[in-house]
Amino acid sequence: MNINATIIGELIAFVVFVIFCMKFVWPPIMAAIEARQAIIADGLAASDRAAKDLELAQAKATEQLKDAKSQAAGIIEAAKKREAQIVEEAAGKAEAEKAKILASGHAEIETERNQAREELRQQVVVLAIAGAEKILERSIDAAAHSDILDKLVAEL
Amino acid sequence: MSVAELTSQEYIKHHLTNLTVGEGFWTLHLDTLGWSVFLGLVFLTIFRSVAKKATTGVPGKLQCAVELIVGFVDDSVKTTFHGKNALIAPLALTIFVWVLLMNAMDWVPVDLLPWVISLVSGIEMSHIYMKPVPTTDVNMTSALAIGVFILIVYYSIKVKGFSGFMKELYTQPFGHWSLYPLNFFIELVTLLARPLALSLRLFGNLYAGELIFLLIATLGLYQLPVHFIWAAFHLLVIPLQAFIFMMLTIVYLSLAHEDH
Repeated sequence: MNINATIIGELIAFVVFVIFCMKFVWPPIMAAIEARQAIIADGLAASDRAAKDLELAQAKATEQLKDAKSQAAGIIEAAKKREAQIVEEAAGKAEAEKAKILASGHAEIETERNQAREELRQQVVVLAIAGAEKILERSIDAAAHSDILDKLVAEL
Repeated sequence: MSVAELTSQEYIKHHLTNLTVGEGFWTLHLDTLGWSVFLGLVFLTIFRSVAKKATTGVPGKLQCAVELIVGFVDDSVKTTFHGKNALIAPLALTIFVWVLLMNAMDWVPVDLLPWVISLVSGIEMSHIYMKPVPTTDVNMTSALAIGVFILIVYYSIKVKGFSGFMKELYTQPFGHWSLYPLNFFIELVTLLARPLALSLRLFGNLYAGELIFLLIATLGLYQLPVHFIWAAFHLLVIPLQAFIFMMLTIVYLSLAHEDH
């Protein structure tokens, strides 16, 4: 326990070391540590944000997928309806066409029958006249007896 | 060989004598000064080289180690001291690492350095005085404690003003005016006990450790396992004493900053 001038020397060394440490050692090391901490904190925050963004994007994608599916289902539904409609329309048109064709066929037949009947009637008139001519053995004045003949034709 | 020439008492006394120059108060312990300054320079050189190359990116291994110590000291300061002070943290770092390195000299075998010096210089070992552990010199530990004490008084006066500092000395623990002289005495003892305790705790622990190493060295062949056990025990003592010195410095300085 002998205190001597060594204590002064050590005190000077202590002061010099502490000042050097305070000026040239502590601040740069601390600055580096704090800067790195800031970088790490930023990185963590960014990754958090990215994770949240990803979650949002996934939810959005799911939503859109659902929308698309329901839209597709709607389109298919509409298409089916349209198909049924078209088929129905076509059937209706075909029915109408058929009816028209049938009607025109009937009308044609009717006309032809009428024509044939008219023809037959004329021929019957001719035959009747010829028969009457034969029966009377003489020529009948067609003009004089046309009223009788007309009555005959009307009766046929 | 010194054991053969000297009695064990003389051997121990020889090893506890410093390498000196000068007379009376103006004696200088060259070994204490030399080793402490050398170790301080080792500390500052390593830390300064890291500070210069400090990168905010991925740190190297040395930078990691240095940042570990700096971060540890910074945590210790931040949990104890809540004010703003640019000095306390670097002061604590200097104290911690410097005292740790000086304490670590305890691990150097007691006869190794005298033996090397004797081999190099040709002087007989019994004439070589070399105490390589600066913290076993009360001058070293007192110098640190006085430095801390000056800072305690400086910050007490700076924060509370001279009158505030004096008032704190005589108005507590007892509030009545008639007890002010007693208060002053108690507080003065408390104040002065701080550097004394700081200095003598470190000195006592390391001096005792060194003394035991020397006692073990006189055991002959059996000293080897015992040395090993004692050195292993110093794995606790050496960092613990450095940490206690640093921690008490922080506590005392934060008390000096507190205004009652």
